[in-house]
Amino acid sequence: MKVGIIDYGVGNLGSIARALEQLRVSPVLVDRAIDIHANDALILPGVGNFTDCMQILQQGGWVNAIKEEVNNYNRPLLGICLGMQLLANFGLEGALDSNIGTEGLGLIPGRVVSLTSQGCSLRVPHVGWNSITKLVDSKPCLLDGIIDGTDFYFVHSYVFIADEQKNILAKAEYDISFTAAVGVGRVWGTQFHPEKSSRAGMQLLRNFIYSQRC
Amino acid sequence: MLKVRVIPTLLWKQFGLVKGTRFDSWRRVGPVLPAIKVYNQRDVDELVLVDITANTTGEPPDFESIADFSQECFVPFAVGGGVTNIDQVQKLLRSGADKIVVNTAAYSSPSLVTDIAGRYGTQCVVGSVDAKRNLMGGWTCFSHSGSRDTGRKVVDWARELEDRGAGEILITSIDNDGMMEGYDLGLIEIVSLSVNIPVIASGGAGNYQHMIEAVKQSGASAVAAASMFHFTEQTPGGAKEAMRQAGIPVRLNFAPVQ
Repeated sequence: MKVGIIDYGVGNLGSIARALEQLRVSPVLVDRAIDIHANDALILPGVGNFTDCMQILQQGGWVNAIKEEVNNYNRPLLGICLGMQLLANFGLEGALDSNIGTEGLGLIPGRVVSLTSQGCSLRVPHVGWNSITKLVDSKPCLLDGIIDGTDFYFVHSYVFIADEQKNILAKAEYDISFTAAVGVGRVWGTQFHPEKSSRAGMQLLRNFIYSQRC
Repeated sequence: MLKVRVIPTLLWKQFGLVKGTRFDSWRRVGPVLPAIKVYNQRDVDELVLVDITANTTGEPPDFESIADFSQECFVPFAVGGGVTNIDQVQKLLRSGADKIVVNTAAYSSPSLVTDIAGRYGTQCVVGSVDAKRNLMGGWTCFSHSGSRDTGRKVVDWARELEDRGAGEILITSIDNDGMMEGYDLGLIEIVSLSVNIPVIASGGAGNYQHMIEAVKQSGASAVAAASMFHFTEQTPGGAKEAMRQAGIPVRLNFAPVQ
């Protein structure tokens, strides 16, 4: 089993790779879009801002490569934190025109807006251990074995507004309620960092790796 | 709801972990990597690692070792000691640190805090303050692992760190450090009341009740301890269970269900 971590030059991928090793799969740092196809599953990390990351993905030929893997090969994909937000149709963070936003990967219908714009009056970024509430019992795959109220580690100022309620797997609360995990088919995203969420995060990554059985 | 965190503090000196009393009389505790592995198995909320030689020798942080440590760390990892410029911050983040602990360098170049927050976000900067009780009944800040009096009052300095972009304050009582007789509750309280960012209580924890006091009486958002975890049978998990029973919101250890 080979899990490719999309390495487009942002952030540290060490703990994701090490977490996968602990789960006895071989992590592969994929740093060229042409190598993407050789993997059984893909993880899309992300740090920084939506617009910058989309530009880098675009320039590296990643946008088409990722879409092709998902659409043509039904490849399991997990977006983490900003990587989850990039799955949306568009995002407002860093966008030149804040009315239109920057185009995202468009794999899960939705948009990415700031916590503040949604009425959150607490300090941003939202940082720390916070509990999730599971929403869809019929699609538990990614959250298998993880009970309602389990804590995960969050660091973010923007949130994913899903167009369709059925794609939201879990929510969390920080003054307002927001999307903690999304999923459509084999494409998933978590606003929190499973690789920094200790054993609960490890369980989620395990679920993702074995998601082909779902 | 955000949880109150229990954080083991790891003090790293040359080849291994140490722990002293009142920032002196260092005892060897053991090698770093196994300790990080054990704390991860115990499902701690976060780890703080401070290289206490770096700021006295003037050497840059040991990025290679940090990278090795971070790979075994599946919880947020705050790293400090000897951080003097933004290039080092970038290297530490690339080495797997999630947060940078800034202490001594902030006194001479406070813009370092502003720069880190500006480039990587406030969640990346932990303003670490080592304070000692003074004759006036207040607290004064010390730099260089507690060895130099900066003359700054703790409240003023904590506020300045917040204004400059620190995402949280790690407040350590030099007087109580390693004594295991409880935190300096007055110090924790005055800092908690002075800033609007999370405050991590440090220095003096000897039992679970001390941690409960730091949160309930002094308003700490997190409690750090070293000696208590190194030298007694008490564990971070035990601390969280005691805190939960005292009505404090904590993250309980994860157990998968089928």
